[in-house]
Amino acid sequence: MDLNFTAAEQAFREEARSFLRTSVPAETRDKVLSGVRVPWEEFARWQRILHAHGWGAPNWPKEFGGPGWGPVEQFIFEEEAANAGAPGLSPFGLKMVGPVIMAFGNAEQQRRFLPRIPSGEQWWCQGYSEPGSGSDLASLKTRAERRGDHYVVNGQKTWITLAHHADWIFCLVRTDPGAKAQQGISFLLIDMKTPGITVRPIILMDGEHEVNEVWFEDVRVPAENLVGKENQGWTYAKFLLGHERTNIAGVAVSKRELRRLKRIAAAELKDGRPLLEDPSFAARIAQVEIDLMALEITNLRVVSAERERRAPGPEVSLLKIKGTEIQQAISELMMRAAGVYALPFPDAEGGPSAPIGPPHAAGLGAHYCNLRKTSIYGGSNEIQKNIIAQTILGL
Amino acid sequence: MDFDLTREQHLLSDAVQRFVAKEYSFAAREAILDSKEGWSREIWAKLAELGLLGLQVPEEHGGMGGASVETMLTMNALGRGLLLEPYLPSAILATALIRDLGSAAQREELLPAMAAGERIAVPAHGEPGARDDLARVGTTAARSGDGFVLNGRKAVVPHAASAEALLVSARTSGAPDERRGISLFIVPRGAPGVSLQTYRTLDGQRASDVALRDVRVPAGGLLGPEGGAFEAISAAWDLGIAAICAEAAGALQALLDTTVEYAKTRKQFGVPIGKFQALQHRMVEMLIQVEQARSMSYLAAIRATDGDPAERRRAVSAAKVVIGQACRKVGQEAVQIHGGMGMTDELHVGHYFKRLTAIELSLGDTEHHLETFVRETAARKETA
Repeated sequence: MDLNFTAAEQAFREEARSFLRTSVPAETRDKVLSGVRVPWEEFARWQRILHAHGWGAPNWPKEFGGPGWGPVEQFIFEEEAANAGAPGLSPFGLKMVGPVIMAFGNAEQQRRFLPRIPSGEQWWCQGYSEPGSGSDLASLKTRAERRGDHYVVNGQKTWITLAHHADWIFCLVRTDPGAKAQQGISFLLIDMKTPGITVRPIILMDGEHEVNEVWFEDVRVPAENLVGKENQGWTYAKFLLGHERTNIAGVAVSKRELRRLKRIAAAELKDGRPLLEDPSFAARIAQVEIDLMALEITNLRVVSAERERRAPGPEVSLLKIKGTEIQQAISELMMRAAGVYALPFPDAEGGPSAPIGPPHAAGLGAHYCNLRKTSIYGGSNEIQKNIIAQTILGL
Repeated sequence: MDFDLTREQHLLSDAVQRFVAKEYSFAAREAILDSKEGWSREIWAKLAELGLLGLQVPEEHGGMGGASVETMLTMNALGRGLLLEPYLPSAILATALIRDLGSAAQREELLPAMAAGERIAVPAHGEPGARDDLARVGTTAARSGDGFVLNGRKAVVPHAASAEALLVSARTSGAPDERRGISLFIVPRGAPGVSLQTYRTLDGQRASDVALRDVRVPAGGLLGPEGGAFEAISAAWDLGIAAICAEAAGALQALLDTTVEYAKTRKQFGVPIGKFQALQHRMVEMLIQVEQARSMSYLAAIRATDGDPAERRRAVSAAKVVIGQACRKVGQEAVQIHGGMGMTDELHVGHYFKRLTAIELSLGDTEHHLETFVRETAARKETA
């Protein structure tokens, strides 16, 4: 048992660090490190920069154009990228549809779709949730009817992150309405430019346009865009849910955000002294920091088991629950550290151009609001608890 | 970076677990609990035979030379079985103090005998009113002739009545809370002036308050440099905390398993209570705390021997916070989910609950370690 990284892992860290330090554009890095939302253009540019270096798909094997890193290397890369102020990569192509196409897609689909994901030529979004199907995803109603060599899709998907920038959407659709809930579902790839698709923005309580409704009205999808077998989509969806595992806990970003929290608390004053030195506030920060230390080791235990090719299990649900609780706790403490200056809020009419109050306080209220999503998305934390209760505890 | 055990470590872990499962049934433990000393000499001899009393003993004195991972594996198994023997105070704390501070003669006299299970020594350090501050020592040692005279009082010393030797800390100089000026002395339990008030603790183990009235200790009884014992005490305590964290991780896992098993069999409203989501989610919370506690027991085991005392204290304190909180929460939830049965003395649950409660209060409670973590983190230069 050794908690230190090996010489080879350490060398890899140095390599990643020196590349990342010089490659993240300064304007992007400054935004990431100070918690300012990164605009789409910069986000897309970062994907292209990584791709030019051969690192556009950090979690992919070599045969599909990835660097072929093991789970430990991926963990290290994630940490160095977070420290360097690199924006997070969009998971929908890299961690979701990509691995599904690798595992279940045919050779033609692999040739057609996979190379364009790391290069940033094609952006993906995820069509799972529907207005009536949240945690009970298998109750989804969006219908795909086979007519000749096409499917005709009708229905509505919601909470679609980045649909307004996506070129393609992967969807769970019902192909057999007569079958039991989970058995009549298929996994379909749909070009967002197909006639009949309407994208409508949903503005979240932080004031941002991040998610959308996507409507399908007699949308004709070539049958060759079906992944795997008809009515087997639920199997692929479950594979996908279990796939993004090494970094689901978000340890690297939380460590970076914890440092930002400390900088804010060091700059804020209470009774004329830095808030960071206030015993009760310091104890609250320490509690999160300690929980994060424990989560990092729990995460490394999972990563290490994965490297040994032991089946990754439902412990991923544990990482998701604890990871999101910590992310939310940090965002809450940052807001509380800023006090009333967390309240000035950007409005649609523009408002004052210069930040109100200390620069570090800008957006902390909105950030706190935004991060409430983490315990809801990707299978709510209550659903994760159901999974653990059933699969680990056998209840 | 890996969490793998060597072949030898696997074998050791299996052997201890088998031993505990075989020798420490609930009934066997009840009998030991009710015995005069509250622990079993027979079990102690077998622990010695397995080599477990020598894990912290250097190889030249017949031990394994301070094996962190082996100690963790052992404590984990002892925690599962709720062992009552004085392993922590004697085989870890006192052994480490003698190893790190003792003269060649003292080490030669004590360590092989302790590893063989023939001698028991325990530290007598904490005092009434000192809470968890390791530097707060009011017991005094005054020079007298070529020896010392000790006066003072030591609080809740585990297994003092079973020990041949007490390792008593006393102040030879300095203010009551100063790190410098603390010395350690090897004091025979039966020495004139030493009196013990012995009692059971909450978890059924035995402890004593120790009064020292004009206790004469010859020069040869000084353990380590005069006035310079603090760092060794602090290091030994961190080793002890790592060990108690591993013990807790074992006990927590056992308690979670027991609770889940009970929820599967206990029926109310016509179904096993484990079918109720309100209880399922609480057991999942327990599982998360148990896993986080296990992770921190690994960190503590590995960092407890870190050469940098500040880094060592920071990691060990973080571990004790996570473990302490898990002990409280998992213990309380286990009793609650067992309902009335959780309250009885006849089930394992109550015994685990009491040991976990004692662990949270021992070797520095959660609040103490949270404060230590804050202090060590503030003093540390943030890297990256």
